[in-house]
Amino acid sequence: MDQRLIFFVIVGMMAVTYLPRLLPALFLSSRSLSPVIVRFLGYVPAAVLSAMLFPSLLLREGRPDLSLDNLFLWAAIPCFLLAIRTRSMFGAVALGMGLVAAGRYFLGA
Amino acid sequence: MEHSPHASQKSLWLRSLAIVSPIILGYIPVGFAYGVLAKSQGLSAFNTVAMSVLVFAGSSQLIAVSLFGAGASAASIILTTFVVNLRHLLMSASLSPFLRGWKKSEITFFSFELTDESFAAHSARFPEGGANDKAETFCVNVMAQAGWVCGTVLGVLAGEAITDVRPIALDYALPAMFIALLAGQLKGKTHVFAALVAGAVSTGLSLAGVDQWGVIIATVTAALAATVWKEWISA
Repeated sequence: MDQRLIFFVIVGMMAVTYLPRLLPALFLSSRSLSPVIVRFLGYVPAAVLSAMLFPSLLLREGRPDLSLDNLFLWAAIPCFLLAIRTRSMFGAVALGMGLVAAGRYFLGA
Repeated sequence: MEHSPHASQKSLWLRSLAIVSPIILGYIPVGFAYGVLAKSQGLSAFNTVAMSVLVFAGSSQLIAVSLFGAGASAASIILTTFVVNLRHLLMSASLSPFLRGWKKSEITFFSFELTDESFAAHSARFPEGGANDKAETFCVNVMAQAGWVCGTVLGVLAGEAITDVRPIALDYALPAMFIALLAGQLKGKTHVFAALVAGAVSTGLSLAGVDQWGVIIATVTAALAATVWKEWISA
């Protein structure tokens, strides 16, 4: 794809990303939401993050992989424990990338 | 210093920096990874940085770059971006009760920089009155995006030298960021339940070949299940 067309695709991506960010904040803010809906919305961040994360840890090339050389899965455990302990995104990202890089280097996985 | 007219302004920067620094530290490696990958998939430096300025949504940017590389059509890239970022609808709705009394122009600006990470920060701040401090709110958002764009620029510059991202595990930057964000969201048993249901449903749908809608379906299913459990079963 040529760079001009890529730029137009990026502008399209901006539009479809911005509208869902904007419209609820703009139109719901003047009305009150029912407590059940507020509770539902409170579970959304944990749910959406897991929904994006789990397949990337459990599946490799579209198949379940719980073997020892699935570095993404095993690196996730210390990474998660560190994040729970320290609440540090940088620490967790650095540890996770470090472990996967080390695993690939030493195990050739 | 205490009589300086800039004193309160300075403390605004320091206050915002304290909130945003963990986000920036997470964005730099992921933005860097995005910059390197975009370059390797044939995006120009201008387009790579433009996407970080205009779209500002990490996971969808990484997904889009791989689609550009795979020769996907313009329509399918935009549709995938829409579906992946539709989750912001729910985040925007969940912050909306705190934005009562804000001007429309302020909400318009605030929403442009609503990401998973800024959402996590604001959903901790707003119930404690953070929505009244608009200067701090905007400062956090703008500094976060500046960090994202800086990471991208560094990645574009390094992209010349890096031909394979696997040895430095750049492909793990995004999962590691999700792990850290998820850890901060598990506030109780019901949240853990929601996370496990979402993970299971999403993995199952992915196995069944449902790609683009899997995340949204799993999210709504899990949040509904958690609400039902909390409201009617455990209560």
